[in-house]
Amino acid sequence: MNVRDATFEGVRAVNRDARHWQILALSGLFLISVYTTDFGARPMHLISAFSGAMTAQALGSLIVRTRFEWKSAAITSLSLSILMRAVDPWMWFAAGIIAIGLKFAVRYKGKHIFNPACIGIVVMCLVFGRDVWVSPGQWGQAPLIAGWALALAALVLSSAKRLDIALGFIGTFAAILFGRALWLGDPMAIPMHQLSSGTLLVFTFFMITDPRSTPDSRAGRLIFAASVASLTAWFIIGPNVRAAPLMALAALSILTPVLDRLIPASRFQWGTHSKSKEGRTHETQTYPGRRSAGAGLAQP
Amino acid sequence: MKLRHILGGAALGLASLSLSAPAQAFCGFFVAKADTDLFNDASKVALVRDDERTVITMASDYRGEPSEFAMVIPVVDVPEREQINVADPGLIEHLDEYTAPRLVEYHDENPCDVYRYRDAVAMAAPEAGGAIDDMAMEEAEDLGVTIEAEYEVGEYDILILSAEESDGLISWLNQNGYRIPDGAEEVVGSYLKQGMKFFVAKVNLERHDGAGFLRPIQVAYEDEDFMLPIRLGTVNAEGKQELFVFAMTRKGRVETTNYKTVKLPSDMDVPIFVKDEFGEFYKDMFAHQVEKENGKAVFMEYAWDMSWCDPCAAEPLSRSQLRELGVMWLDEDGQQPEPRPGFRPGPQPVDVFVTRLHLRYDGKTFPQDLTFQVTGDRDNYQGRYVLRHPWRGDFNECEAARDYADDLVDRWDQEAENLAKLTGWDEDEIKDKMAAGGYSEASINIDLEPKEKKPWWQRLWGNG
Repeated sequence: MNVRDATFEGVRAVNRDARHWQILALSGLFLISVYTTDFGARPMHLISAFSGAMTAQALGSLIVRTRFEWKSAAITSLSLSILMRAVDPWMWFAAGIIAIGLKFAVRYKGKHIFNPACIGIVVMCLVFGRDVWVSPGQWGQAPLIAGWALALAALVLSSAKRLDIALGFIGTFAAILFGRALWLGDPMAIPMHQLSSGTLLVFTFFMITDPRSTPDSRAGRLIFAASVASLTAWFIIGPNVRAAPLMALAALSILTPVLDRLIPASRFQWGTHSKSKEGRTHETQTYPGRRSAGAGLAQP
Repeated sequence: MKLRHILGGAALGLASLSLSAPAQAFCGFFVAKADTDLFNDASKVALVRDDERTVITMASDYRGEPSEFAMVIPVVDVPEREQINVADPGLIEHLDEYTAPRLVEYHDENPCDVYRYRDAVAMAAPEAGGAIDDMAMEEAEDLGVTIEAEYEVGEYDILILSAEESDGLISWLNQNGYRIPDGAEEVVGSYLKQGMKFFVAKVNLERHDGAGFLRPIQVAYEDEDFMLPIRLGTVNAEGKQELFVFAMTRKGRVETTNYKTVKLPSDMDVPIFVKDEFGEFYKDMFAHQVEKENGKAVFMEYAWDMSWCDPCAAEPLSRSQLRELGVMWLDEDGQQPEPRPGFRPGPQPVDVFVTRLHLRYDGKTFPQDLTFQVTGDRDNYQGRYVLRHPWRGDFNECEAARDYADDLVDRWDQEAENLAKLTGWDEDEIKDKMAAGGYSEASINIDLEPKEKKPWWQRLWGNG
């Protein structure tokens, strides 16, 4: 096999699952955070989060008897270490356990309600107060531009095709901020500045776009995105809620089952483009009315 | 109530940074230095925060005519008289000294002695360480300005104003001796639309005792927002503004949520001559680091538990000083924290964590008001720069002395490189300056032929 074929094979292997692109992009963001910030992500935190998430994933898989699946847990760990700050390394472990644990525990009609990393951080913030926090301002200009490019590329390349919800969210959020600036007579530099946040970037491309905890229909997703954007903006302008986008997403996640009921559409599944050799998808999903052993293994 | 900006119509003039303190023994000797007027036009603000309770102390080193002094700050609510106070100007000065970047020095010992000097030398034992007239009222009404409250506090006459339009408010302020810079309409208008009021202060000459300084104004308030309004300060076209924020919490470090917070580079060896120009060094280092961050970062210069310090640029603030600055939790819950194990404990251990933030801003690099958050991070950090005085003896006295001479030259190169990196000063000029002071290879005379350098593995374990 020559180099060109090898490269082609490599890209195909990555392309087999949208999450591969996400893992690559998040790893890039993680490295940017490690190397360009004084108060950013640290490898130790990633290891801690990864251990927690994998522990929960292993236990969860055992309990509901699905095949162990590492990709989503890896994405969750990366998001946790990029976004969350805490006083002790074990707190990332705890966040990983909570994130993946709630993914197994809180489900409606076979679909988990909360984005794992989001609910992990939100629960930790609520339980530990100031010992856990999110630092939205800790990205410089250049790393941010690189980050947006990376994130956008990952989303476009990935087969998740959830650009609609990302654009819906960021579009609504930007419209609110720019509208407010116009009304106040503020310079446009202010909303521009508010939009250049690393937290917002990771949130937009790797959290709210999570196809498994967002509505199945496009209309539902757009309504959902706009609601989260509006609540986030209000949290920031009004009561100064910390970790605003995460809090908004966690609070509104219960809308997803409602929207799925009102506007039904076919359920998203990871990696359906090219299933594994056995023709299975490796998710924690269980189907309505079939919560028995092996239910997580979709039939081809 | 929340506060949105500090600005002097006549400006909070500022001369900050004095690093004076007695030299004392600790690990290395603290080098006393006093510099004034390093940063012109800087403001110094102490913020005490616990949940939603906040006390802000705004200091000015305003040295002009008291009659020319004015201060305009946006606030959300109308504060009561009891919420406003004037503080002893020494408080902020002390806080500034306690948190200032520091220079320490070590003296190398005779390398021929058995106990060769190492960096990790045992630490020395800690030592104990106006009234508005009717005319103005009428004018105010005509211009759509309402005087919500009027207080006399210390030497200040304070008014809380609300207004329908920014034009009217600005006209009124200008008519009443507050010189509002051109171009403030938009910012003032934005604050008014957000339902904010304006807190304005002028000096009442009858109550002013003629002292050369004005006392800092303090306001205690409760608000969910933890922020500092800086936008009005960016209006006047006098270039960049300098701001020091001393944040005190019981929890831990304070950081900005809407701007990047970076640590000022620290713990580096620098050439001895920096001792004589530490002020210049700090100023140029800060400017250089700001440039490296494209002017868009807030610098953390100090983050420390107020119970102690090591080395101390000044003693930690006492409980009564802290109380005066607004630390409201000291007497609550009858708390008497245990003394911390550590060097140089303060007179009374206190549950206060102080963060010193320093920023240079204008409307372009800092378009938005600063918002902060309290974190649980209690890692201590300080801006500390080290001078190492070489041993000056006969380098031919023993083998160890010759090795030492070799190391010395490498060390000086490193010091020059550090200084160039920190400040952006020219490295060759630094080396020339060091040579002139006798810190170069030429100043070391070894009679013997330069010995062959040992292979690195011999130096590694010292068994060669």
